[in-house]
Amino acid sequence: MASEEQLSAIKRAKVLMVGAGGIGCELLKTLALSGFQDIHIIDMDTIEVSNLNRQFLFRQYHVGQSKAKVARDAVLRFKPNISITPYHANVKESRFNVDFFKEFDVVLNGLDNLDARRHVNRLCLAADVPLVESGTTGFLGQVTVHLKGKTECYECQPKPAPKTYPVCTITSTPSKFVHCIVWAKDLLFAKLFGDKNQENDLNVRSSDTANPSEHSEDVFECRKDEDIEQYGRRVYDHVFGHNIEVALSNEETWKNRNKPRPIYSKDILHVKMTKENGDTEKDCATGDVSAMSSLSLKNPQDVWSLAENSRVFLEALRLFFSKRGKEIGNLTFDKDNQLAVEFVTAAANIRASSFGIPLHSLFEAKGIAGNIVHAVATTNAIIAGLIVIEAIKVLKKDNNSYRMTYCLEHPSRKLLLMPVEPYEPNKSCYVCSETPLSLEVNTRHSKLRDFVEKIVKGKLGMNFPVIMQGASILYEVGEDLEDDMVAIYAANLEKALSELPSPVTSGTVLTVEDLQQEFSCSVNIKHREEFDEEKEPDGMVLSGWVEAPADKDNNKPNGNGESTSNALPSEEIQEDEKDVEIQETSEGTENVTGKKRKLSEVDESRNQKKPEKLDVDDEDDELVISDDWESLTKKKRV
Amino acid sequence: MDGEELTEQETALYDRQIRVWGADAQRRLSKSHILIYGMTGTVAEFCKNIVLAGVGSVTLVDERVVAEESLSANFLILPVPDENLYQGKTLAEFRVALGETISSEGAAGDILTFGVEFFEKFDAVILSCCSLRKKKWINQKCRKLSKRVAFYTVECRGSCGEIFVDLQDYKFSKLKKLEETIECRIEYPSLEEAISVPWRALPRSVSKLYFAMRVIEHFEYVEGRDPGETIIDDLPGILELRKELCETNSLDESQIPDALLERLVRDVAEYPPVCAIVGGILGQEVIKAISGNGVPLKNFFFFDAMDGKGLIEDISVPSSPS
Repeated sequence: MASEEQLSAIKRAKVLMVGAGGIGCELLKTLALSGFQDIHIIDMDTIEVSNLNRQFLFRQYHVGQSKAKVARDAVLRFKPNISITPYHANVKESRFNVDFFKEFDVVLNGLDNLDARRHVNRLCLAADVPLVESGTTGFLGQVTVHLKGKTECYECQPKPAPKTYPVCTITSTPSKFVHCIVWAKDLLFAKLFGDKNQENDLNVRSSDTANPSEHSEDVFECRKDEDIEQYGRRVYDHVFGHNIEVALSNEETWKNRNKPRPIYSKDILHVKMTKENGDTEKDCATGDVSAMSSLSLKNPQDVWSLAENSRVFLEALRLFFSKRGKEIGNLTFDKDNQLAVEFVTAAANIRASSFGIPLHSLFEAKGIAGNIVHAVATTNAIIAGLIVIEAIKVLKKDNNSYRMTYCLEHPSRKLLLMPVEPYEPNKSCYVCSETPLSLEVNTRHSKLRDFVEKIVKGKLGMNFPVIMQGASILYEVGEDLEDDMVAIYAANLEKALSELPSPVTSGTVLTVEDLQQEFSCSVNIKHREEFDEEKEPDGMVLSGWVEAPADKDNNKPNGNGESTSNALPSEEIQEDEKDVEIQETSEGTENVTGKKRKLSEVDESRNQKKPEKLDVDDEDDELVISDDWESLTKKKRV
Repeated sequence: MDGEELTEQETALYDRQIRVWGADAQRRLSKSHILIYGMTGTVAEFCKNIVLAGVGSVTLVDERVVAEESLSANFLILPVPDENLYQGKTLAEFRVALGETISSEGAAGDILTFGVEFFEKFDAVILSCCSLRKKKWINQKCRKLSKRVAFYTVECRGSCGEIFVDLQDYKFSKLKKLEETIECRIEYPSLEEAISVPWRALPRSVSKLYFAMRVIEHFEYVEGRDPGETIIDDLPGILELRKELCETNSLDESQIPDALLERLVRDVAEYPPVCAIVGGILGQEVIKAISGNGVPLKNFFFFDAMDGKGLIEDISVPSSPS
């Protein structure tokens, strides 16, 4: 296949891979086999058992070791004479700066989170290094190519933000199982086992602001004369019984909704729980403590009855206090913590039962609570092959041949692998096109801290920001700052915007920069008095910032799985003899950013229209094997 | 592997893919036996994929000796000084190292001498680097067995790849939303039947790669060449054959461009990215057929790195007038 010129371009190339996981392993292998001789690879993770079904360079005995290092060793075994440099590190570290990125001919991403992708995108733009992005979820995947000034950057198109749910849905009116999981994980588990000083909405009732539940703080504290069993039942009765009754007392909430029923432990578990023939002393090592073992519930795929869930709830709680007492007060939910998963499953199921929502197995609950992305080896292998093909085109500077390729589960017009031409850069992209943003904010009430946390770090994805008004620096982070500057910045954070040494008021333009990402943008400030508490809980509205429309209000970041595969082209893509011709579909989302043109339109005049970009957000917790492409894609449109 | 249930170890190991296709499918995979003929780079990819998927066993038949060229695209073969190492044996290392849950063997000898009892052990048969004569013979053998065996051929040349699928009379359930299942059925033509479909009966949009591969296949058949032995010097002969075949089939010669044929004959060596892609698609198909989950493709898959398309062609005679 390779011509002489192509072979030598490959041989000379210096490639950076970010990520040594599912895509990374396949990619490193294919790069090595294809003749690449100088590969650098960054990954901060260590190997886990659940990786082994697809990250084939790793073995059981590697569990716990650095992915980047083990991947390198494995590939050198069949390609001994090439250079692979591993970094067991976070790509966001300051040493991976623009100068570092400039050393490479191409950067290949095999990441699993949006944050890191945005970070790498900005560094590649700053370093003017081509980036090949990719992602997979189950049978779906895609590969995209990004060249500064020539194609869209990774952030030109809105990416779906992690799904969040309104507070009241979680605390008072759940309608789906995932709401119950979020309640069990972020509220109940956090309340019982997490940091006591954290704010917790567990006892928040949507219309009950006049009753500061002072006494209920004591509910979750174990009393001196109480044994664990009694304590457990008391907690159970409080959250599943008492709290529900209180909620029911507010008629308004339930006018158009099915009423939940209160559940009390005495009704479900008639006798005092005795130790069943399980193995309660299984292992003193915290990792092996399990309520399921204790209760002889063997199969994580089984859906437990309400009684079984209740037993698991109480037993898990008991085991936490008796075997892992020291950790209480510091625990956060971890999907690899068996006992935590059992507790959250049980709690979510009992709540679901109360609200008439179908119960789920531990296996399913774990997937939802742990934001587990389902994954297989074949998709990663296919995507890796496609990445290498694009990388080689990049090295040959084959400008007209770059393609974004989508790997589909069900064929669209006979195509399982669908190549699409890249688009020219989005002129309104605040990342690559220097478009200013606008922020509506109450400059007298909102503090600089709010702006930094919610906007600069939260929405704009900057890690080490510098905020300036004209020539004055209002805030910055850095290692070599003088003490008095640090003090001034700390003080500034607590001031209202209009009270800052350089006052920020309507009409002010702030410049926000991240020196590491070498990314800068301007924000025009507009003062506004009032904000809707429900719809605009941050008290700030940023515009000009391209955001994926979410279908719920984002009140609380209770994120659910981040899909690594996103954006599919329209199913209307037709094929004529030679070219891929794209037609617009009859319905669909408005293109917020105006007309996009493909690369070929810029070079020649071809008659092409913009396709729809659909979000494939694989959040269904049911296994749906459907070839009903139409309904599947229509469902995902906003 | 023990009894009906997946072990705890398997459940932990296969967690991420059980979330894709379910525990029942995983169980079926663990009981399956796969026969592979011809260890190529693409087959190495495929082996890796199905081993990771958790199949019960893999039997590899390849009477060729490991040669220098075979190392370039095959990551399962580690550089060893033993020149007489059968390619089939190298799989064992990968299997044992991966998780010790699957057995494998290499079978030496001419596959044409193997009897029915040999083929009957398998749930799927994959042929690569195999002459047309052998392919047809084995396909017929598979179709005569009392149990249904899934049959596949795979071939990669340079930037192109082709997969052929024969699942005979395939019945499966499709899960619609709301727990509803519907029964589906796909009838597959045999290899002989498929490649005998007159070219003029095929839609004009059929991939040029289909025709080009048939020309080369026919050339090797007629000239008595081993697969992969056709070289650039044969191009004039191939173009001549194309002319004949197109005349016989009333197909315009432009449907099988010179440039395409030249590419296929000049760049015979496997191209690792294409191996990964085609080996991945093949892996998915075999997993679907064995697990009974998902709609299998019918009946050809083509990939060409030049245009980047991976497409399915249905090369069969319609069973009834539409």
